[in-house]
Amino acid sequence: MVLVSIVLLAVEHRSSRLDGSRSILSILVYPIQLLVSLPVEMTEQMYETVVSYTELKKENKRLKEKQLIDSVKLLKFAALENENIRLRSLLENSFKLGEQVLVAELLSVNLVPYEHVVVVNKGSRFGVHKKQPVLDANGIVGQVIRSLPLSSEVMLITDTNHAIPVQVNRNGLRTIAIGSGLLNRLNLPFLPNNADILPGDLLVTSGLGGTFPQGYPVAVVDKFTVQPDQPFADIYATPKAKLDKSRELLIVWTDPTPVPLTLPEIKVETEPKVENSENVTE
Amino acid sequence: MLPNKQMSLLGYFVTIILAMGFKILPLPVMLSNINPDWVLLALIYWTLAIPEKLGVFNAWVVGLFVDVLTGRLLGQHALAYALICYACLKLHKRLRQYPVLQQSLFIFCSLLVSQMLIFWIENIKQPTEFTTAFWAPVFLGTLCWPVVYSALRYIRHLGHIG
Repeated sequence: MVLVSIVLLAVEHRSSRLDGSRSILSILVYPIQLLVSLPVEMTEQMYETVVSYTELKKENKRLKEKQLIDSVKLLKFAALENENIRLRSLLENSFKLGEQVLVAELLSVNLVPYEHVVVVNKGSRFGVHKKQPVLDANGIVGQVIRSLPLSSEVMLITDTNHAIPVQVNRNGLRTIAIGSGLLNRLNLPFLPNNADILPGDLLVTSGLGGTFPQGYPVAVVDKFTVQPDQPFADIYATPKAKLDKSRELLIVWTDPTPVPLTLPEIKVETEPKVENSENVTE
Repeated sequence: MLPNKQMSLLGYFVTIILAMGFKILPLPVMLSNINPDWVLLALIYWTLAIPEKLGVFNAWVVGLFVDVLTGRLLGQHALAYALICYACLKLHKRLRQYPVLQQSLFIFCSLLVSQMLIFWIENIKQPTEFTTAFWAPVFLGTLCWPVVYSALRYIRHLGHIG
Protein backbone atom coordinates (compact mmCIF):
# COMPACT_ATOMS: atom_id res chain seq x y z
CA MET A 1 0.00 0.00 0.00
CA VAL A 2 2.81 2.33 0.95
CA LEU A 3 4.68 1.44 -2.22
CA VAL A 4 1.59 2.02 -4.34
CA SER A 5 1.10 5.43 -2.75
CA ILE A 6 4.69 6.43 -3.37
CA VAL A 7 4.50 5.28 -6.96
CA LEU A 8 1.28 7.24 -7.43
CA LEU A 9 2.85 10.34 -5.93
CA ALA A 10 5.93 10.07 -8.10
CA VAL A 11 3.97 9.42 -11.30
CA GLU A 12 1.64 12.32 -10.73
CA HIS A 13 4.41 14.66 -9.78
CA ARG A 14 6.34 13.96 -12.97
CA SER A 15 3.65 13.51 -15.59
CA SER A 16 -0.02 14.03 -16.27
CA ARG A 17 -0.79 10.39 -16.85
CA LEU A 18 -3.15 10.14 -13.91
CA ASP A 19 -5.48 12.90 -15.03
CA GLY A 20 -8.04 10.37 -16.23
CA SER A 21 -8.35 8.59 -12.92
CA ARG A 22 -8.44 11.88 -11.11
CA SER A 23 -11.37 13.03 -13.20
CA ILE A 24 -13.27 9.82 -12.47
CA LEU A 25 -12.71 10.22 -8.74
CA SER A 26 -13.60 13.87 -8.95
CA ILE A 27 -17.04 13.05 -10.33
CA LEU A 28 -17.58 10.89 -7.27
CA VAL A 29 -16.60 13.61 -4.81
CA TYR A 30 -18.44 16.40 -6.62
CA PRO A 31 -21.66 15.77 -4.64
CA ILE A 32 -19.72 16.39 -1.41
CA GLN A 33 -18.56 19.75 -2.71
CA LEU A 34 -22.10 20.61 -3.70
CA LEU A 35 -23.34 19.53 -0.29
CA VAL A 36 -20.85 21.75 1.48
CA SER A 37 -21.60 24.81 -0.60
CA LEU A 38 -25.36 24.26 -0.19
CA PRO A 39 -25.83 26.26 3.04
CA VAL A 40 -24.22 29.36 1.57
CA GLU A 41 -26.34 29.15 -1.56
CA MET A 42 -29.45 28.54 0.52
CA THR A 43 -28.88 31.64 2.61
CA GLU A 44 -28.33 33.63 -0.54
CA GLN A 45 -31.57 32.38 -2.04
CA MET A 46 -33.34 33.09 1.24
CA TYR A 47 -32.01 36.60 1.10
CA GLU A 48 -33.23 36.98 -2.45
CA THR A 49 -36.74 35.86 -1.58
CA VAL A 50 -36.96 37.83 1.64
CA VAL A 51 -35.53 41.09 0.34
CA SER A 52 -38.26 43.65 -0.04
CA TYR A 53 -39.98 44.66 -3.23
CA THR A 54 -38.91 48.29 -3.04
CA GLU A 55 -35.34 47.25 -2.50
CA LEU A 56 -35.45 45.10 -5.60
CA LYS A 57 -37.03 47.88 -7.57
CA LYS A 58 -34.32 50.26 -6.49
CA GLU A 59 -31.60 47.81 -7.38
CA ASN A 60 -33.20 47.10 -10.72
CA LYS A 61 -33.34 50.79 -11.52
CA ARG A 62 -29.71 51.24 -10.55
CA LEU A 63 -28.61 48.29 -12.65
CA LYS A 64 -30.58 49.53 -15.64
CA GLU A 65 -28.90 52.90 -15.40
CA LYS A 66 -25.54 51.22 -15.10
CA GLN A 67 -26.24 49.06 -18.11
CA LEU A 68 -27.21 52.11 -20.14
CA ILE A 69 -23.99 53.88 -19.23
CA ASP A 70 -21.97 50.76 -19.94
CA SER A 71 -23.54 50.17 -23.32
CA VAL A 72 -22.88 53.75 -24.33
CA LYS A 73 -19.28 53.26 -23.28
CA LEU A 74 -19.16 50.06 -25.29
CA LEU A 75 -20.42 51.86 -28.39
CA LYS A 76 -17.55 54.22 -28.11
CA PHE A 77 -15.22 51.38 -27.29
CA ALA A 78 -16.11 49.48 -30.47
CA ALA A 79 -15.30 52.53 -32.55
CA LEU A 80 -12.05 53.04 -30.69
CA GLU A 81 -11.11 49.42 -31.12
CA ASN A 82 -11.60 49.62 -34.88
CA GLU A 83 -9.54 52.74 -34.97
CA ASN A 84 -6.83 51.11 -32.90
CA ILE A 85 -6.64 48.11 -35.21
CA ARG A 86 -6.47 50.38 -38.24
CA LEU A 87 -3.68 52.41 -36.69
CA ARG A 88 -1.82 49.30 -35.67
CA SER A 89 -2.05 47.92 -39.18
CA LEU A 90 -0.56 51.21 -40.38
CA LEU A 91 2.27 50.64 -37.93
CA GLU A 92 2.56 47.05 -39.19
CA ASN A 93 1.74 45.71 -35.79
CA SER A 94 -0.60 42.82 -35.14
CA PHE A 95 -3.23 42.94 -32.48
CA LYS A 96 -4.85 40.13 -30.59
CA LEU A 97 -8.53 40.25 -30.07
CA GLY A 98 -11.56 38.09 -29.97
CA GLU A 99 -12.10 36.78 -26.51
CA GLN A 100 -14.81 34.45 -25.44
CA VAL A 101 -16.04 34.16 -21.91
CA LEU A 102 -17.92 31.62 -19.86
CA VAL A 103 -19.62 32.51 -16.61
CA ALA A 104 -18.76 30.10 -13.83
CA GLU A 105 -20.06 30.14 -10.31
CA LEU A 106 -17.92 29.64 -7.26
CA LEU A 107 -18.50 26.63 -5.06
CA SER A 108 -18.15 27.57 -1.42
CA VAL A 109 -15.49 25.09 -0.47
CA ASN A 110 -12.14 25.61 1.10
CA LEU A 111 -9.58 23.14 -0.15
CA VAL A 112 -6.61 23.69 2.11
CA PRO A 113 -5.56 26.45 4.44
CA TYR A 114 -2.76 28.78 3.25
CA GLU A 115 -3.54 28.21 -0.41
CA HIS A 116 -5.75 30.53 -2.37
CA VAL A 117 -7.37 27.99 -4.61
CA VAL A 118 -11.09 28.05 -5.29
CA VAL A 119 -13.40 25.63 -7.05
CA VAL A 120 -15.82 26.74 -9.77
CA ASN A 121 -18.70 24.76 -11.19
CA LYS A 122 -17.59 24.63 -14.82
CA GLY A 123 -15.13 22.00 -15.93
CA SER A 124 -13.65 20.32 -18.96
CA ARG A 125 -17.14 19.40 -20.14
CA PHE A 126 -17.52 23.07 -20.98
CA GLY A 127 -14.09 23.15 -22.59
CA VAL A 128 -12.29 24.69 -19.65
CA HIS A 129 -8.62 23.82 -19.67
CA LYS A 130 -5.49 24.46 -17.67
CA LYS A 131 -3.85 27.91 -17.68
CA GLN A 132 -6.96 29.79 -18.68
CA PRO A 133 -7.26 33.26 -17.20
CA VAL A 134 -10.18 33.92 -14.87
CA LEU A 135 -11.67 37.39 -14.37
CA ASP A 136 -14.44 39.07 -12.52
CA ALA A 137 -16.16 42.37 -13.29
CA ASN A 138 -13.27 44.38 -11.81
CA GLY A 139 -10.12 42.64 -12.90
CA ILE A 140 -8.00 39.52 -13.05
CA VAL A 141 -8.87 36.88 -10.45
CA GLY A 142 -6.47 34.09 -11.26
CA GLN A 143 -5.91 31.15 -13.57
CA VAL A 144 -7.25 27.63 -13.92
CA ILE A 145 -4.74 25.17 -12.52
CA ARG A 146 -6.71 21.97 -12.96
CA SER A 147 -9.83 21.24 -14.92
CA LEU A 148 -11.94 18.28 -13.90
CA PRO A 149 -15.04 17.10 -15.75
CA LEU A 150 -17.60 18.91 -13.59
CA SER A 151 -15.53 21.52 -11.81
CA SER A 152 -12.19 23.22 -12.04
CA GLU A 153 -9.68 24.62 -9.60
CA VAL A 154 -8.65 28.25 -9.92
CA MET A 155 -5.56 29.67 -8.28
CA LEU A 156 -6.04 33.27 -7.20
CA ILE A 157 -3.40 35.89 -7.99
CA THR A 158 -2.79 36.33 -4.26
CA ASP A 159 -1.57 32.76 -3.74
CA THR A 160 2.06 32.70 -2.69
CA ASN A 161 2.88 30.41 -5.61
CA HIS A 162 1.34 32.71 -8.18
CA ALA A 163 3.11 35.37 -10.20
CA ILE A 164 1.59 37.52 -12.90
CA PRO A 165 3.43 39.73 -15.39
CA VAL A 166 2.07 43.27 -15.16
CA GLN A 167 2.84 46.75 -16.39
CA VAL A 168 2.10 50.15 -14.96
CA ASN A 169 -0.74 51.62 -16.99
CA ARG A 170 0.64 55.17 -16.73
CA ASN A 171 4.09 54.60 -18.23
CA GLY A 172 4.31 50.98 -19.37
CA LEU A 173 6.89 49.96 -16.78
CA ARG A 174 6.92 46.15 -16.73
CA THR A 175 7.35 43.96 -13.69
CA ILE A 176 5.97 40.88 -11.98
CA ALA A 177 3.37 40.84 -9.22
CA ILE A 178 3.63 37.97 -6.78
CA GLY A 179 0.90 36.79 -4.43
CA SER A 180 1.45 37.50 -0.76
CA GLY A 181 -0.87 34.95 0.82
CA LEU A 182 -3.18 37.75 1.94
CA LEU A 183 -6.34 38.28 -0.06
CA ASN A 184 -5.86 42.05 -0.29
CA ARG A 185 -2.22 42.31 -1.21
CA LEU A 186 0.22 41.63 -4.04
CA ASN A 187 3.96 42.16 -3.79
CA LEU A 188 6.10 43.76 -6.47
CA PRO A 189 9.54 42.64 -5.36
CA PHE A 190 11.57 43.29 -8.52
CA LEU A 191 11.50 47.06 -8.92
CA PRO A 192 14.54 49.18 -8.06
CA ASN A 193 14.40 52.03 -5.59
CA ASN A 194 14.35 54.64 -8.34
CA ALA A 195 11.47 53.05 -10.30
CA ASP A 196 8.85 55.45 -11.61
CA ILE A 197 5.89 54.11 -9.68
CA LEU A 198 3.49 55.91 -7.38
CA PRO A 199 0.73 54.89 -5.00
CA GLY A 200 -2.52 54.90 -6.98
CA ASP A 201 -0.93 53.62 -10.19
CA LEU A 202 -3.02 51.02 -11.99
CA LEU A 203 -1.27 47.78 -12.87
CA VAL A 204 -2.58 45.99 -15.95
CA THR A 205 -1.59 42.64 -17.43
CA SER A 206 1.30 42.99 -19.82
CA GLY A 207 0.47 39.92 -21.88
CA LEU A 208 3.99 38.56 -21.51
CA GLY A 209 4.12 34.91 -20.60
CA GLY A 210 1.11 34.18 -22.74
CA THR A 211 -1.31 33.11 -20.04
CA PHE A 212 -3.12 36.37 -19.41
CA PRO A 213 -4.42 38.56 -22.23
CA GLN A 214 -2.98 42.04 -22.37
CA GLY A 215 -4.54 45.08 -20.81
CA TYR A 216 -6.80 43.83 -18.04
CA PRO A 217 -6.60 45.63 -14.69
CA VAL A 218 -4.86 43.62 -11.98
CA ALA A 219 -4.20 45.84 -9.00
CA VAL A 220 -3.65 49.35 -7.72
CA VAL A 221 -0.33 50.27 -6.14
CA ASP A 222 -0.87 50.83 -2.48
CA LYS A 223 2.40 51.56 -0.83
CA PHE A 224 5.84 52.38 -2.16
CA THR A 225 8.66 52.33 0.34
CA VAL A 226 12.22 53.05 -0.65
CA GLN A 227 14.70 50.78 1.08
CA PRO A 228 18.07 52.51 0.83
CA ASP A 229 19.98 49.49 2.11
CA GLN A 230 18.31 47.04 -0.30
CA PRO A 231 18.59 46.76 -4.07
CA PHE A 232 14.83 46.62 -4.55
CA ALA A 233 12.01 48.78 -3.25
CA ASP A 234 9.18 47.48 -1.11
CA ILE A 235 5.95 47.82 -3.09
CA TYR A 236 2.48 46.57 -2.26
CA ALA A 237 -0.58 46.58 -4.46
CA THR A 238 -4.24 45.83 -3.80
CA PRO A 239 -5.99 43.56 -6.31
CA LYS A 240 -8.78 45.20 -8.30
CA ALA A 241 -10.90 42.05 -8.41
CA LYS A 242 -13.10 41.42 -5.41
CA LEU A 243 -11.41 38.14 -4.59
CA ASP A 244 -13.38 37.37 -1.46
CA LYS A 245 -16.73 38.72 -2.60
CA SER A 246 -17.54 37.88 -6.19
CA ARG A 247 -19.33 34.60 -6.73
CA GLU A 248 -19.59 34.78 -10.50
CA LEU A 249 -16.32 34.50 -12.35
CA LEU A 250 -15.58 34.73 -16.06
CA ILE A 251 -13.33 32.13 -17.63
CA VAL A 252 -11.74 33.59 -20.75
CA TRP A 253 -10.66 32.00 -24.00
CA THR A 254 -8.18 34.09 -25.87
CA ASP A 255 -8.05 33.70 -29.59
CA PRO A 256 -4.42 32.85 -30.27
CA THR A 257 -4.47 33.96 -33.90
CA PRO A 258 -3.70 37.65 -34.22
CA VAL A 259 -5.77 39.78 -36.51
CA PRO A 260 -4.05 40.01 -39.91
CA LEU A 261 -2.29 43.23 -40.74
CA THR A 262 -4.37 44.49 -43.60
CA LEU A 263 -7.88 43.44 -42.92
CA PRO A 264 -10.83 44.10 -45.15
CA GLU A 265 -13.52 43.60 -42.53
CA ILE A 266 -12.98 43.72 -38.83
CA LYS A 267 -14.79 41.27 -36.65
CA VAL A 268 -15.36 42.49 -33.17
CA GLU A 269 -16.49 40.00 -30.62
CA THR A 270 -17.42 41.91 -27.59
CA GLU A 271 -20.24 40.58 -25.54
CA PRO A 272 -21.73 43.01 -23.10
CA LYS A 273 -22.24 41.14 -19.85
CA VAL A 274 -25.65 41.92 -18.46
CA GLU A 275 -26.49 38.70 -16.73
CA ASN A 276 -26.51 40.47 -13.37
CA SER A 277 -29.84 42.07 -14.04
CA GLU A 278 -31.41 38.66 -14.68
CA ASN A 279 -30.58 37.48 -11.22
CA VAL A 280 -32.30 40.40 -9.65
CA THR A 281 -35.49 40.46 -11.62
CA GLU A 282 -36.43 36.90 -10.69
CA MET B 1 -34.45 -2.66 9.95
CA LEU B 2 -31.28 -3.55 8.19
CA PRO B 3 -29.01 -6.18 9.61
CA ASN B 4 -26.27 -4.99 11.94
CA LYS B 5 -23.45 -5.37 9.49
CA GLN B 6 -25.03 -3.19 6.86
CA MET B 7 -26.15 -0.63 9.42
CA SER B 8 -22.64 -0.17 10.69
CA LEU B 9 -21.26 0.22 7.19
CA LEU B 10 -23.99 2.71 6.39
CA GLY B 11 -23.10 4.71 9.49
CA TYR B 12 -19.46 4.52 8.48
CA PHE B 13 -20.07 5.86 4.98
CA VAL B 14 -22.36 8.64 6.14
CA THR B 15 -19.97 9.86 8.82
CA ILE B 16 -16.95 9.69 6.51
CA ILE B 17 -18.78 11.75 3.90
CA LEU B 18 -19.81 14.23 6.59
CA ALA B 19 -16.22 14.43 7.79
CA MET B 20 -15.05 15.14 4.22
CA GLY B 21 -17.63 17.91 4.11
CA PHE B 22 -16.29 19.37 7.34
CA LYS B 23 -12.79 19.24 5.97
CA ILE B 24 -13.61 21.54 3.04
CA LEU B 25 -16.10 23.74 4.90
CA PRO B 26 -15.71 27.38 3.88
CA LEU B 27 -14.57 29.00 7.11
CA PRO B 28 -12.96 32.33 7.86
CA VAL B 29 -9.19 32.23 7.44
CA MET B 30 -8.51 32.09 11.17
CA LEU B 31 -10.70 29.03 11.64
CA SER B 32 -9.71 27.22 8.47
CA ASN B 33 -6.08 27.37 9.56
CA ILE B 34 -6.89 25.32 12.63
CA ASN B 35 -9.53 23.08 11.08
CA PRO B 36 -8.51 19.57 12.17
CA ASP B 37 -8.48 16.52 9.95
CA TRP B 38 -12.00 15.24 10.62
CA VAL B 39 -11.73 12.44 8.10
CA LEU B 40 -8.78 10.93 9.92
CA LEU B 41 -10.55 11.16 13.28
CA ALA B 42 -13.64 9.42 11.90
CA LEU B 43 -11.47 6.84 10.19
CA ILE B 44 -9.60 6.05 13.42
CA TYR B 45 -12.85 5.69 15.32
CA TRP B 46 -14.39 3.29 12.84
CA THR B 47 -11.21 1.26 12.55
CA LEU B 48 -11.18 0.83 16.32
CA ALA B 49 -14.91 0.10 16.44
CA ILE B 50 -15.27 -2.42 13.62
CA PRO B 51 -11.73 -3.56 12.79
CA GLU B 52 -12.99 -6.82 11.31
CA LYS B 53 -14.83 -4.99 8.51
CA LEU B 54 -12.44 -2.20 7.66
CA GLY B 55 -8.91 -2.64 6.44
CA VAL B 56 -5.92 -0.70 5.27
CA PHE B 57 -7.15 -0.69 1.69
CA ASN B 58 -10.33 1.01 2.76
CA ALA B 59 -8.39 3.78 4.48
CA TRP B 60 -6.23 4.11 1.40
CA VAL B 61 -9.28 4.61 -0.84
CA VAL B 62 -10.70 7.20 1.55
CA GLY B 63 -7.34 8.95 1.40
CA LEU B 64 -7.48 8.99 -2.39
CA PHE B 65 -10.89 10.63 -2.26
CA VAL B 66 -9.59 13.25 0.15
CA ASP B 67 -6.67 13.89 -2.19
CA VAL B 68 -9.00 14.56 -5.09
CA LEU B 69 -11.34 16.60 -2.93
CA THR B 70 -8.60 18.89 -1.70
CA GLY B 71 -6.67 19.00 -4.97
CA ARG B 72 -3.47 17.44 -3.63
CA LEU B 73 -1.16 15.02 -5.39
CA LEU B 74 -2.87 11.64 -5.62
CA GLY B 75 -1.62 9.34 -2.87
CA GLN B 76 -0.62 11.90 -0.29
CA HIS B 77 -3.49 11.49 2.15
CA ALA B 78 -3.85 7.89 1.01
CA LEU B 79 -0.36 7.08 2.26
CA ALA B 80 -0.85 8.81 5.61
CA TYR B 81 -4.28 7.29 6.23
CA ALA B 82 -3.16 3.80 5.27
CA LEU B 83 -0.20 3.93 7.66
CA ILE B 84 -2.30 5.18 10.56
CA CYS B 85 -5.05 2.70 9.85
CA TYR B 86 -2.46 -0.05 9.95
CA ALA B 87 -1.30 1.11 13.39
CA CYS B 88 -4.90 1.25 14.57
CA LEU B 89 -5.57 -2.27 13.37
CA LYS B 90 -2.47 -3.56 15.13
CA LEU B 91 -3.26 -1.79 18.39
CA HIS B 92 -7.04 -1.82 18.42
CA LYS B 93 -7.39 -4.36 21.21
CA ARG B 94 -5.23 -2.32 23.52
CA LEU B 95 -6.56 1.07 22.44
CA ARG B 96 -10.15 0.06 23.09
CA GLN B 97 -9.36 -0.58 26.73
CA TYR B 98 -7.73 2.78 27.27
CA PRO B 99 -9.61 5.67 28.85
CA VAL B 100 -10.38 8.52 26.48
CA LEU B 101 -7.54 10.61 27.83
CA GLN B 102 -5.00 7.95 27.04
CA GLN B 103 -6.54 7.45 23.63
CA SER B 104 -6.10 11.14 23.00
CA LEU B 105 -2.36 10.66 23.30
CA PHE B 106 -2.47 8.08 20.52
CA ILE B 107 -4.69 10.39 18.46
CA PHE B 108 -2.19 13.19 18.94
CA CYS B 109 0.61 10.97 17.64
CA SER B 110 -1.38 9.80 14.63
CA LEU B 111 -2.51 13.31 13.69
CA LEU B 112 1.06 14.48 14.02
CA VAL B 113 2.40 11.65 11.86
CA SER B 114 -0.23 12.26 9.19
CA GLN B 115 0.32 16.01 9.22
CA MET B 116 4.08 15.51 9.03
CA LEU B 117 3.84 13.07 6.12
CA ILE B 118 1.60 15.45 4.22
CA PHE B 119 3.83 18.40 4.99
CA TRP B 120 6.88 16.44 3.95
CA ILE B 121 5.37 15.43 0.62
CA GLU B 122 4.23 19.00 -0.04
CA ASN B 123 7.70 20.14 0.78
CA ILE B 124 9.23 17.82 -1.79
CA LYS B 125 6.80 19.16 -4.37
CA GLN B 126 7.51 22.78 -3.51
CA PRO B 127 9.42 24.17 -0.53
CA THR B 128 6.98 25.33 2.12
CA GLU B 129 7.59 27.38 5.20
CA PHE B 130 7.32 25.58 8.51
CA THR B 131 5.27 27.73 10.85
CA THR B 132 3.79 27.31 14.29
CA ALA B 133 0.40 27.07 12.60
CA PHE B 134 1.46 23.55 11.63
CA TRP B 135 0.64 22.44 15.18
CA ALA B 136 -2.80 24.01 15.49
CA PRO B 137 -4.84 21.35 13.63
CA VAL B 138 -2.98 18.60 15.49
CA PHE B 139 -3.75 20.03 18.93
CA LEU B 140 -7.31 20.95 18.07
CA GLY B 141 -7.88 17.51 16.57
CA THR B 142 -6.68 15.92 19.79
CA LEU B 143 -8.98 18.16 21.82
CA CYS B 144 -11.87 17.23 19.54
CA TRP B 145 -11.30 13.51 19.91
CA PRO B 146 -13.51 12.98 23.00
CA VAL B 147 -16.36 14.78 21.24
CA VAL B 148 -15.88 12.83 18.02
CA TYR B 149 -15.58 9.62 19.99
CA SER B 150 -18.82 10.06 21.89
CA ALA B 151 -20.70 11.41 18.87
CA LEU B 152 -19.70 8.51 16.66
CA ARG B 153 -20.37 6.01 19.45
CA TYR B 154 -23.83 7.49 19.77
CA ILE B 155 -24.39 7.09 16.04
CA ARG B 156 -23.13 3.52 16.18
CA HIS B 157 -25.39 2.64 19.10
CA LEU B 158 -28.37 4.21 17.33
CA GLY B 159 -28.31 1.34 14.90
CA HIS B 160 -27.56 -1.28 17.62
CA ILE B 161 -24.32 -2.19 16.03
CA GLY B 162 -22.22 -4.69 17.82
